[in-house]
Amino acid sequence: MNDMTVPSPDQATRVPPPAPLGMLAELTHRCPLSCPYCSNPVELDKRSGELDTETWKRVFSEAASMGVLHLHLSGGEPTARKDIVELTAHAVKVGLYTNLITSGIGVQREKLEELADAGLDHVQLSIQDALPDNADKIAGLKGAHEKKRVFAGWVLELGLPLTINAVIHRGNIENIEALVSMALEFGARRVEIAHSQYYGWALENREMLMPTREQVMRAAATVDRLREELEGKLVIDAVVPDYYARRPKPCVGGWGKQSLNVTPQGKVLPCHAAETIEHLQFDYVTEKSLSEIWTNGSAFEAYRGTSWMKEPCTSCPRKEIDFGGCRCQALAITGDPRNADPACSLSPFHAKITSLAMKAAAKDGTDYIYRRFGAKPGQARVEITRNNAPV
Amino acid sequence: MTEVASTATPKLPRGVRLRRDEVRDEWLLLAPERVLKPDAIAVKVLELCDGQRTVEGIVDELAAAFAAPREQIDTDVKKMLADLANKRVLDLA
Repeated sequence: MNDMTVPSPDQATRVPPPAPLGMLAELTHRCPLSCPYCSNPVELDKRSGELDTETWKRVFSEAASMGVLHLHLSGGEPTARKDIVELTAHAVKVGLYTNLITSGIGVQREKLEELADAGLDHVQLSIQDALPDNADKIAGLKGAHEKKRVFAGWVLELGLPLTINAVIHRGNIENIEALVSMALEFGARRVEIAHSQYYGWALENREMLMPTREQVMRAAATVDRLREELEGKLVIDAVVPDYYARRPKPCVGGWGKQSLNVTPQGKVLPCHAAETIEHLQFDYVTEKSLSEIWTNGSAFEAYRGTSWMKEPCTSCPRKEIDFGGCRCQALAITGDPRNADPACSLSPFHAKITSLAMKAAAKDGTDYIYRRFGAKPGQARVEITRNNAPV
Repeated sequence: MTEVASTATPKLPRGVRLRRDEVRDEWLLLAPERVLKPDAIAVKVLELCDGQRTVEGIVDELAAAFAAPREQIDTDVKKMLADLANKRVLDLA
């Protein structure tokens, strides 16, 4: 692994990175749902290690003064934090655009009203499927879907704008049109049709989630048609399924370029899955300022810009467009995070990712490994046979 | 494409904010998962989208302020408002 040493930038000529646009605050990993596609790490942070209220408030202040625009209050389920209203009010006060990313479960109407009064800008609600029984099965909680419907009603009554987020996989990919109709029925202005990305729990569940190439092609055609039909009524944003792609996604808009994540314990990451790159050293907000971490943190510097790249990226005309795709996926599938994302057809590992997708899609069934505390990467399957699935 | 009536009273809905960004020294329109960068004229238009003024009224004010042909402003403003309404970042009602 010696060849993965991070090149140290020339401090003398170095231009500081532009300010980040968005910050994902993973306030807690606690969540009433157990979705098998969860992007949280397999090894979840425990409640006892979560940052306290004052630290989060300081981090929000620092983010705002650095130039962060959007603050995504996420988790886990962010409303599981008792101080969610206080945290939201503070974020609003310092000028951040606040987006609550919620399951809608366990949130009382009074709590949502307090959040609206605190100045919350927007609510993003997850929906697992248009068919209630299947939605509950995916979420790992009976009755979850109906609670979400009620929650969406409150969001509307309180005058808050609503986005519905639906993670798409084999278990619901045939129901995209019904999901979009449901988003309209729930009163959403925007819907995210987000194909599962295979990190964290989703990677553990890849064989249970992967659709076939034909399903993916049909899904894309459906989304295109609906987008045209619903223009001006509903914005449809799509996250593409990259195992079947020809070009990689510009992951997080470029490493250390647009956004950052803060974990429940205060670890600052360039992306959700960055901790899977084991040689990276991450800084904590309890030890350094957010600005210092963003500007000089070694994990952010590691793959910022293009100087870390290898061929075929180095000479690629698209290197400033997709930044070589995703480092975590490059590591997971090729063994080296500096390689081109194998989703790119120019990658020598492209055939491998296609073959992985096709093999996974050929498996049958939805015997999910549900998200839970106490699991370790690669061992979630073993754990679940001892501790039965939640539904 | 959405038709914009002269009698419409456009406004930014909750969840869409026009704000001056002091760090980047520019005007921004913040919406869910979107950052739009309105130019100086667009900012003028958006500042008048208060849910009270009609499109007609907005066009009149801009024509007076910029001493420009009213017809041209009418076309440009309606095109801009229609585009923003399609993106669901502006309510026309």
